[in-house]
Amino acid sequence: MKFDNIIIGGGLSGLTCGIKLAEQGKKCAIVSSGQSAIHFFSGSFDLLGKANGEEVTNPLESMKSLPENHPYKRVGLDKIERLTNDALHLLVRSGLNLNGQADRNHYTLTPMGVMKPTWLTLSDFTSFDQKDSFPWKKAVILNFSGFLDFHTLFIKDGLKKLDVQAQIKTVSMKQFEAIRKNPSEMRSTNIAKEFDKENAIEEFAQKANVLSDGFDVVILPAVFGLFNKTIADKLKEKIEKPVLLLPAIPPSVPGIRTQITLRERFQELGGTYLLGDNVEEGVFENGRLLEIRTNNHGDIKFEADQFILASGSFYSKGIVATHDKLYEPIFGLDIDGDSNREKWFDEKIFNDQAFMHYGVKTDQKFRALMNGEPVENLYVAGSVLGGANPLKEGSGAGISLLTSLHAAEQILK
Amino acid sequence: MKKEIFEPYNVSDNNFEQCVKCTICTVYCPVLEVNPDYPGPKQSGPDGERMRLKDPAFYDEALKLCLNCKRCEVACPSGVKIGDIIQSARIKYSKSKPKLRDMILANTDIVGTMASTFAPIVNTAVALKPVRKVMDSVLKIDHHRMFPKYTGLRFETWYRRYAEKKQQEFKKHVSYFHGCYVNYNFPQQGKDLIKVMNAAGYGVHLLEKEKCCGVALISNGLIKQATKQAKHNVEAFKKSIVDKKMPVISTSSTCIFTIRDEYPHLLGVKNEEIRNDSELATRFIFRLIDEGKLNLVFKKNYKKRIAYHTPCHMEKLGWSIYSTSLLKMIPGVELVQLESQCCGIAGTYGFKKENYQTSQEVGKPLFDQIENSKVDFVATDCETCKWQIEMSTSSKVQHPISILAEAIDVEATMKLWQK
Repeated sequence: MKFDNIIIGGGLSGLTCGIKLAEQGKKCAIVSSGQSAIHFFSGSFDLLGKANGEEVTNPLESMKSLPENHPYKRVGLDKIERLTNDALHLLVRSGLNLNGQADRNHYTLTPMGVMKPTWLTLSDFTSFDQKDSFPWKKAVILNFSGFLDFHTLFIKDGLKKLDVQAQIKTVSMKQFEAIRKNPSEMRSTNIAKEFDKENAIEEFAQKANVLSDGFDVVILPAVFGLFNKTIADKLKEKIEKPVLLLPAIPPSVPGIRTQITLRERFQELGGTYLLGDNVEEGVFENGRLLEIRTNNHGDIKFEADQFILASGSFYSKGIVATHDKLYEPIFGLDIDGDSNREKWFDEKIFNDQAFMHYGVKTDQKFRALMNGEPVENLYVAGSVLGGANPLKEGSGAGISLLTSLHAAEQILK
Repeated sequence: MKKEIFEPYNVSDNNFEQCVKCTICTVYCPVLEVNPDYPGPKQSGPDGERMRLKDPAFYDEALKLCLNCKRCEVACPSGVKIGDIIQSARIKYSKSKPKLRDMILANTDIVGTMASTFAPIVNTAVALKPVRKVMDSVLKIDHHRMFPKYTGLRFETWYRRYAEKKQQEFKKHVSYFHGCYVNYNFPQQGKDLIKVMNAAGYGVHLLEKEKCCGVALISNGLIKQATKQAKHNVEAFKKSIVDKKMPVISTSSTCIFTIRDEYPHLLGVKNEEIRNDSELATRFIFRLIDEGKLNLVFKKNYKKRIAYHTPCHMEKLGWSIYSTSLLKMIPGVELVQLESQCCGIAGTYGFKKENYQTSQEVGKPLFDQIENSKVDFVATDCETCKWQIEMSTSSKVQHPISILAEAIDVEATMKLWQK
């Protein structure tokens, strides 16, 4: 089967790449081994939240201080600003509503009750200009009876530090009795599915209005609008007080909606999205990747002019560590990482862990290296790249989006 | 000092330990969404497995509510064989005995043979309301369900009488695993397959003796019989694939999925020698076209707007792309790709009175999609999806091979390779 471009990995990087290339008329396929990390999406895309241990206010400016092997530096700081705009427009064209700008971080309230700097935030959530002030004085935190994935006490404690008086209340409704029968399965997505049917929203809003009497703001877990894209807006219309949604423990309802939105955009552009399949091996000739073999398709191989590896980091098995080695499992590409296991990690878990920086080695054009030589038509994007600690930096989404666009541009040149 | 001996007793053949508890599978389980009595794929699968290995008493009979759609496996980012874990647990631990009703539903071969022998009587009888009421109250087969009509002339009989001889005229050959539905209910699909394969230059043969793939036996807990039939079929496939070098194709996505994957995973019946050459006709034809070995010529006047529904087992196989690619090759076809969702029937599951409501609620989002798609008809590769969609929507359903059979210009296609 022949495509112009094949992307290995169906997460944020893979989809961004796929959408960009398909928008330019390329016939693309994405092979994804399962659902992606967008299912754990907080609702905000970070660009750069911390650099050298300091909180960042202007990511574009602070990028200058990053090490030379950081993906942003390797893309080129002269290109980054344009790419941040391109990324935003690509996401908006796909149907996501986002707020934020690359030269000035805004803040969102986390489910731990802390203000965190970020770049782009879904319109479900509230963006704040300041980290140390909260626009409301009295907040009511509403949770669903039996819902264990929303930790209201953390939020209350966090708000206290912002001089906000918060009270926790719970809501019970017969629409949620059935899912409560199975306590371990009362998850954000199950609640969201009830709201999706549109027969709970009215009653819930009425209850919220009664319970929020005397408060300035209503804080709720983000369990609105899984497959039904209009529910979050309807909720905000029906509740009289301002509504502040906070992420619950994954799976993330706005995250899954985001994944679906991006995947649909890719498919509407003619892209082929192959879910639940694994790339087993590649056929190389004269420094080029000719075709790949997947588990589901066996002898019917997939050919393409260019390939993009966007298979993620350790969690997604884009790179794998065993007791004695570190490797890229699909093609056996070169790894930028220490071969000595002793050096992989620091015993203090909150320190900057070396393994977090490991990834596939590439040349200047982001082409993968194999035995020291670049594979002419195999580009690498997203967290499989390495060179950064996205957890420490608050840079994961930015790296995924920008390196994917950069790789796509190399192909479109 | 006493030497400590490490004796692992909680070892499973399944990869449940790969589960990182992310719960993504629960999002895509069609049953959990409508029936809270089902513990969901994570609990029934990897979580429960951990418990059951310690003590089989942790087995929960609610696992029978699993449709075996495998959508949890397709969604799992960690590659855990959740569906297989659940089905294996049912096989290993379930103490509930199959009822008479389950045996009737599961034995598609025996029931099909009897019913097609007396087709006119059986068809009239099972369509009658009073009969359906009795089946509902005595057998607990839901009265809403209509049994597919049985044919008076079985496909195998028709083939031997009218088609077999002609197949020798071709240079290339394949075997056809027709399955119970084509044989006892809908021989036309088999006839369409022969028409298309003949046009492509292939003679079509039957296996020496095919038995029901056994999917319904597995889901109804009749494992011994399923294993026996699986072994029989693997031998029959070997005679074609290994001895005669003739690949085996089928038009039923569930039969072929069962033979390729459920035989080794659930029944422990080895099939390495035949697996790669056992596939769907759509994939076989696609490969020929993809490799430049076949060109299909289509009629100019075939114009249809068609929606493709991805059956669960096609989703798991990842093969709907072959069916949709073939349909897209027909110049007059406007193809609407429906969002892949379970139709709810899951073979015999939806026929059972206790599952009827779950079955219809699971299917509702798909039915709504179909009603809103304004198409001439729906295309799909699974026969039970066809029954469910035809019963629950206003749309008719056709198999992609039947669509090809109608749309190709047989003579023009044959001329291309006869030259």
